[in-house]
Amino acid sequence: MAWTGAALTALVLLAVLGPLLAVALAAEAPGRLGTADLAAIRFTLLQAALSALVSVLGAIPVARALARRRFSGRRLFVALMGAPFILPVIVAVLGLLAIFGRAGWLNVGLEAAGAGTVSIYGLTGIVLAHAFLNIPLAVRLILQAWLSVPSERIRLAASLGFSDADMRRHFERPILRAVLPGAFMIIFLICTTSFAVALILGGGPRATTVELAIYQAFRFDFDLGRAALLGLIQAGICVAAGLLALTLMRGGDMGGGLDRPPLDWPGDTPRARLVDGLAITGAGAFLLLPLGAVLLEGVAAVLGMPALVWEAALRSIIVALGSTALAVGLAVPVAIFAARGRGWVETLAALSISVSPLVMGTGLFLILFPVADPVALALPVTGFVNALVALPFILRALIPELRRAEATQGRLADALGLTGWARLRLAIFPRLRRPLGFGAGLAAAFSMGDLGVIALFSAPGAATLPMEMYRLMGSYRTDDAEGAAVLLMLLALGMFWVFDRGGRVDAGS
Amino acid sequence: MLGLEAIELTLGAFRLRVDAQVPRGQRVAVLGASGSGKSTLLSLLAGFLVPEAGRITWQGRDLTRMAPAERPMSILFQDGNLFPHLTVTQNVGLALRSDLRLTDDQTARIQETLSDVGLGDMGGRRPAELSGGQQGRAALARLLLQDRPVVLLDEPFAALDPGLRTEMVRLLTALWQERGLTYVMATHDLRDAERSCDRIWLLQEGRVVLDRPVEGLRDDPPDALRDWF
Repeated sequence: MAWTGAALTALVLLAVLGPLLAVALAAEAPGRLGTADLAAIRFTLLQAALSALVSVLGAIPVARALARRRFSGRRLFVALMGAPFILPVIVAVLGLLAIFGRAGWLNVGLEAAGAGTVSIYGLTGIVLAHAFLNIPLAVRLILQAWLSVPSERIRLAASLGFSDADMRRHFERPILRAVLPGAFMIIFLICTTSFAVALILGGGPRATTVELAIYQAFRFDFDLGRAALLGLIQAGICVAAGLLALTLMRGGDMGGGLDRPPLDWPGDTPRARLVDGLAITGAGAFLLLPLGAVLLEGVAAVLGMPALVWEAALRSIIVALGSTALAVGLAVPVAIFAARGRGWVETLAALSISVSPLVMGTGLFLILFPVADPVALALPVTGFVNALVALPFILRALIPELRRAEATQGRLADALGLTGWARLRLAIFPRLRRPLGFGAGLAAAFSMGDLGVIALFSAPGAATLPMEMYRLMGSYRTDDAEGAAVLLMLLALGMFWVFDRGGRVDAGS
Repeated sequence: MLGLEAIELTLGAFRLRVDAQVPRGQRVAVLGASGSGKSTLLSLLAGFLVPEAGRITWQGRDLTRMAPAERPMSILFQDGNLFPHLTVTQNVGLALRSDLRLTDDQTARIQETLSDVGLGDMGGRRPAELSGGQQGRAALARLLLQDRPVVLLDEPFAALDPGLRTEMVRLLTALWQERGLTYVMATHDLRDAERSCDRIWLLQEGRVVLDRPVEGLRDDPPDALRDWF
């Protein structure tokens, strides 16, 4: 088994590094970078920094409120905070357009009040969309640090008579100091590789990201050398951000405790209760209204959608299932290989999150172009890249559980003389069902909602559902696009649910 | 006298019912298995939980609805007694001012107390730079400065190795002799109870089923305690 794991780990590394190498070899000299390319680099960094800043600042009051309040529906609210992670980006953007777009609810209201209108396109819209997608992630990261505070310490604060200001000073500030730099960097990284948002809400000389410039170099100019050069720059930005994020990511430094049950928050005041209520209501409205708008306006359109959309949906399902099978098939042996004391595999896997799927697609295009028609291979290539994108997330879920299983059932299996496949099947795999189900769900949802690589490769008649939806939006067929959005949302969330649920059934504790 | 008068509290399926007293200056060990209600009882005394019925009193004064910080009690946990981002001096100083705007007099008092517990030259260190025993002594220094007559000890020795355990027992005994404090200590270890307390309460399923002096316990162990020997 060890050699299989080693061989597959090497293969995965080759699959990630090969396209990057192809990009590096095909890249033109940096001197060919034009003014527009430099502007794209500047804009990429600016929008990512602003998006990360808005996301973490917006998340602080929500995380604080969730840490110190108990209310009915709190668990559901926290669970909902995970939804944008698996929600197709194009659906989220359509939802935001329904609220903040030219004919959105906000502008209709503003016009009715005679206050003019606001535009969602450009930097504002990109930052808004990134905040929508990443505030929940920031909330979860900060909340996790809050909840790691031993309850003994909160009891100690109560017995020492801490006020609201003392709680901020001795609890909140140390937690935020520990968690915010990492959260900022991880969101910055995500926003540098957020192609779909820039594709729909950006564009033009003042709002083009490097990834969008790569796409334009491919699709409009077919300038492969320039696309590769931009790809190399994008890879550099992402790897630097990834390394920084990896260095800065750590939990709150509040030590361990005995996990006594929670209790009333010391220093609570009516003002604090009001602020927390506003934070939770505001975050709930910001996250739910756009999705509600998509559902409200799209449900009726689902049945009347053209056949093209249904065909695209079928293609997406096939690609997602294939991608999920590949991701899981690679993840299990690699995880087994990594769990046996090879921490460097985990570090590499974490770092591979920073590889831009669009750059990987660019590299694969460059590799395939001399020997085959990349457009004809659009769907397999999309599935392949999607599997590689999901792999680090599945490994992250699998490896810790695998280590725990080895430390308990593994020893028992060894004592009983179980070896090889029987050892895996009887002692280890039963413990992996939950993380595997969760990981497979993530892989399926990611692939279902992907609008990255497919945009580079796709030809008419071979589009996936997100691609078809993008085309419908581009041709102003809003009703059909909203119908497609509902279908896409249901398919992505449904696939996640089915796999995740499948991992839990009969999985025991 | 610390009084627990007909106290009742329900937490899910668990029900605690206690009616007992601790004379001033006495040390009581609340002994019991996991889930018997030891920590719940201490949480009630500290004010982290409020009973559904009954009263908690100290020298006749009703404490039942009083906030934790207003009670004449300080508490020492097994772990989590110190804030990791604060120095030893700051951690101890929290007993005097929670915003840490300390006067020169207060700083001098902290230094003196740190010297009393053998940490005179360690005030500038953070908890991570101290050994387990030194951390325990820093928490004791804060407790000394709080200067409250009742000390609640929540499994204070459970995480300590035998050497540190002996050191902490010695420090707590010295503190009790010097200041005449009243201790209520939750523990699941009979030896800890014997070494550091005068009286024992055995808690089973939320009820005190045994209340007797520690002295002579091993010569004539009651039935309820036989399993513990």
